[in-house]
Amino acid sequence: MTADPRPAARITDTTLRDGSHAVAHQFTVDQIRAVTRALDDAGVTVIEVTHGDGLAGSSFNYGFSHTDEIELVKAAVAEARRARIAVLLLPGLGTVDDLRRAHDAGAGIVRVATHCTEADVSIQHFGAAHELGMETVGFLMLSHRVGPEALAKQARIMADAGCQCVYVVDSAGWLLPTDVTDRVSALAAELGDDAQIGFHGHQNLSLGVANSIAAYEAGARQIDGSLCALGAGAGNSPTELLATVFERMRVPIGLDVDGVLRAAHEVLTPLIPRLPIADRPAIEQGRHGVYSSFLLHAQRAADRYGVPAHAILRAVGEAGYVGGQEDMIIDVAIDLSTRATTSEGVPA
Amino acid sequence: MTATAAIVGPGNIGTDLMVKLLRNEHIDVRYMVGVDPASDGLARAGKLGVDASAGGVDWLLSRPELPDLVFEATSAKAHLANAARYAEAGITAIDLTPAATGPFVCPVVNLTEHGAASNVNMITCGGQATIPIVAAVSRVVPVTYAEIVASIASRSAGPGTRANIDEFTETTSHAIETVGGAGRGKAIIILNPVDPPMIMRDTVYCAIPADADRDAVTESIHRMVEEVRVYVPGYQMRSEPQFDDPRPGWQGQARVAVFLEVRGNGDYLPPWAGNLDIMTAAAVRVGELISQRDKAVTR
Repeated sequence: MTADPRPAARITDTTLRDGSHAVAHQFTVDQIRAVTRALDDAGVTVIEVTHGDGLAGSSFNYGFSHTDEIELVKAAVAEARRARIAVLLLPGLGTVDDLRRAHDAGAGIVRVATHCTEADVSIQHFGAAHELGMETVGFLMLSHRVGPEALAKQARIMADAGCQCVYVVDSAGWLLPTDVTDRVSALAAELGDDAQIGFHGHQNLSLGVANSIAAYEAGARQIDGSLCALGAGAGNSPTELLATVFERMRVPIGLDVDGVLRAAHEVLTPLIPRLPIADRPAIEQGRHGVYSSFLLHAQRAADRYGVPAHAILRAVGEAGYVGGQEDMIIDVAIDLSTRATTSEGVPA
Repeated sequence: MTATAAIVGPGNIGTDLMVKLLRNEHIDVRYMVGVDPASDGLARAGKLGVDASAGGVDWLLSRPELPDLVFEATSAKAHLANAARYAEAGITAIDLTPAATGPFVCPVVNLTEHGAASNVNMITCGGQATIPIVAAVSRVVPVTYAEIVASIASRSAGPGTRANIDEFTETTSHAIETVGGAGRGKAIIILNPVDPPMIMRDTVYCAIPADADRDAVTESIHRMVEEVRVYVPGYQMRSEPQFDDPRPGWQGQARVAVFLEVRGNGDYLPPWAGNLDIMTAAAVRVGELISQRDKAVTR
């Protein structure tokens, strides 16, 4: 009587990792516990907890954490009954030693993130994760910067290194649904059964949910979301909307939609003073393909040097800076402010 | 009197180093040593009149006339195997791998401390670019914490760097403390694939006391930049040092930030590969200073 069930998808909630950007890395143990409990109650099985820039991200360049992320991981592990805790690691910033500490704290999954053309720097970390017995995910950041075929070749490098699921990561919120379809399809053709495919969206052009649907239809089986979109730039695909939409699509994701809505609106919202929105700087990020995490740094540099945040972000996009180059935001702001005072003018 | 030298490892670093040494009046580069007969670096060396062989370190150590210096541009693993053999043969090793068998050396900061060492390590490209600045600040005010970000063009990051990127962050962090004089060090490396390739960029952040004499810090940094420019002419600040008052999370400390650009000399890879250039130029500088030391000792 009923149609064949559609293939299941797994939602990874990154409120407590990508959302860390939106709160300038000020999460406390109590907040981590409250959100983890609500997500776990709603059936979320993977919860990512780390500094926004991954393990060892606490720094001048990315912002110092209020609470050591290893303490946050421990708190989430202690609170979760069913969910497993994931951590993010960016090679060049986090190291295998950092991964070991996270593993010792109870993290069961590592997501290793590289720029979309630099997958080979992750091989060392996938090897270490394998030795530790952790589940592995690969993150190809700023996936819009290369075409589908080139992206698939990089996914192959990760899969060969032992990565079990490679994500198309739309770090700038630049991709349109057709772009997502092309990329996920190319990865599916390349990887076959060797690894799953995932999608991580941003809301800079308000396409996170639509792009997640496109990714699922093209074969992605892991999808990222954040409660109330809490994340970098205009935020991530809202977990509560993903849960609602996939329910409508009859895609089994194992979540209790009411529980997710409660987590978003009764647990998270009261904790967060300002939720991300698609304001002008965030839209400029989507428009010019700029790494979403640059947003608050650009706003701070704008205040410090008296130039508009959107102008800084546009210049950063034109220069082709990649994730991790937050220092270049200050450099660009100084440059723009010098040009303004020498009457060359700042782009409107 | 000039010192004689061998280069072991004819890759990007070794070949760039050879071009610089051939120009240098204090060091006479005699040998280029590899293990792959098809190596471009060996062929180039042969054409330029350097005695080149794919016979490895065995070949080098069987030469009737051994060099005074060996520049090791292989891998940490290879250097760990070779170091004892150089020492036994009485050859001073200048190690450009992350092996760190000998003490870390940054020529403008601490070479005199290790003047007598028979094996010195050149840290990393990012370390050579940033540690002079950390040292310039820490000689004026206490630096409880220093952090550096090195951004290099993807095309200048070789397979060795990529396979073990943790070595970069760990070695550089350690040297920021032991050579740069920071209480705690942190290093970050970013590979950027933009085309045309970006010139190497380095940012140095130092935590300094809120009441630090900022003019004295700035003056010290400027002086240091000039000293580095003696051997890396393309080394420069993009802007004046930037001072920020303490912010929440900085534990009461203020911050100075220095934005550097390292344009290479284009000796082997093009000028954007400043990371290659600053490493080899620093190694040549160390070689020169050691050869002058040895000259002083023998006379």
